[in-house]
Amino acid sequence: MREEIVAAGFGGQGVMLIGKILAYAGMLEGKQVTYFPSYGAEVRGGTANSTTIISTAEIPTPVSRHPDVLLAMNSPSCKKFGSRLKKGGLLIANSSLIENVFKRSDLTIIKIPATSLANNLGNKRSANMIMIGAYLKYKAIVSLKSVEKAFLILLPGKKDLWDINKKALRLGME
Amino acid sequence: MKSKAAKERKVLMCGNEVIGEAAVQAGCRHYFGYPITPQNELTAYMAKRMEEVGGVFLQSESELAAINMVLGASACGARAMTSSSSPGISLKQEGISYIAGMELPAVIVNVMRGGPGLGNISPSQSDYFQAVKGGGHGDYRIIVLAPSCSQELYDLTALAFDLADTYRNPVMILADGILGQMMEPVALRQINPKHVKKPWVLTGAKNRPGRRLCSLFLETGGLEKHNASLQEKYRRIKAKEVRCETYNISGAEVIAVAYGSSARLTKAAVKMAEERGIKAGYIKPITLWPFPEDVFIKEKDKNKKYLVVEMNEGQMVEDVERCVGDRKRVFFYGHAGGWIPQTEDIFKRIKKLA
Repeated sequence: MREEIVAAGFGGQGVMLIGKILAYAGMLEGKQVTYFPSYGAEVRGGTANSTTIISTAEIPTPVSRHPDVLLAMNSPSCKKFGSRLKKGGLLIANSSLIENVFKRSDLTIIKIPATSLANNLGNKRSANMIMIGAYLKYKAIVSLKSVEKAFLILLPGKKDLWDINKKALRLGME
Repeated sequence: MKSKAAKERKVLMCGNEVIGEAAVQAGCRHYFGYPITPQNELTAYMAKRMEEVGGVFLQSESELAAINMVLGASACGARAMTSSSSPGISLKQEGISYIAGMELPAVIVNVMRGGPGLGNISPSQSDYFQAVKGGGHGDYRIIVLAPSCSQELYDLTALAFDLADTYRNPVMILADGILGQMMEPVALRQINPKHVKKPWVLTGAKNRPGRRLCSLFLETGGLEKHNASLQEKYRRIKAKEVRCETYNISGAEVIAVAYGSSARLTKAAVKMAEERGIKAGYIKPITLWPFPEDVFIKEKDKNKKYLVVEMNEGQMVEDVERCVGDRKRVFFYGHAGGWIPQTEDIFKRIKKLA
């Protein structure tokens, strides 16, 4: 088993956190994991992306040329990384911000209005957790329990935010 | 072995931070640095940790200042470190030459990026020549350690401080943007720093004769004698400190050679070749200086071919050619400027040579 996941969107949408949470959850389950951020001139409002690889075997490189999964939070990243997805790959698109989802007949495409759903919950920054929820529903690459544990380890002392993010995760899975 | 590994608690940290934590655990209490991508997380981490452990963190006005602060702290007996990335390491070369000439311990981290000049911020292995062939002026050597995963970043950083103290010599950790930025699980094992007596440190000469640390030798024959003594030390290091990981050299028709990030991919490519019935093996130097010369020299089979994989235009390949002694059997695969090889591409080249 080996899954290469790219999370991409605007800076500030929490796409780096998506990658870190998935990697940490994988590690908690005893799998090999790597997390690799885009680094450099990224700023809030600009584009950002992270690559997470979860595998049962050693991971030669944390860089993915053709990922299995793309969690696209905005339009530019959907276009940029959608074309690079592996044949038959999975695209989860934040349809609140992506009007025209990248067209490729070989892909499985899941549209979820993550930003609007998060707004309804009362915190638009929970959209990233809704995206993770939607991904877990389609493919249980890691368990919900591990994801929750990873969140609490990575964001200690943010228990107030935890309630809303917990709801967001579950909402994504509906 | 597996049960021991399973028991070890692992954490997920970015490589730059792993280096920082290893340095703290190894007793480093003096860090001097100047920001540059892709190693900024290390400087930021040290800013936080040095305060916690009562050490000194100083963001200097320049790379040149930082390396000379390392020189000063080390002369007073402290375990001191600086870090930078390629262009910044070039700026430190004067200081490194002085530290080598004065025979002071120091740990220097280079998280390599693309060059020459300011280049870019992509991962690269562009500084092999600079690290192992000198960099600064004069006949000196520094020990160069090349980690290829987060665990090695941790373990080799700890080792670097011990080697630096043992030999009174600069030690460089030669990493790259992938290793610095990547997060992968790492066990933060307890480090027991080696306690090396330092009868040479400058602590003030109250109630004892003065000591002198310098790299200037103007008296007739003085510098020649100093150089001879340095060379004697380098021979001792070469005899005792070579580190290298090898796999199936005796059974292989094609031996892939790589270090650092490209070694991870090369190992996967060798495995792929084996699964397809190709007799392949690999050599992964961990010390780039001293280079694992004997591994190549002792191989008497004149039919074996070597494929050197580097994220540059061919630097370590010159050392492999030198040690194999037959350029016709040494092949190179690599590019500069941020290029990262793919397992399949390395495999194809192994296959072609088999």
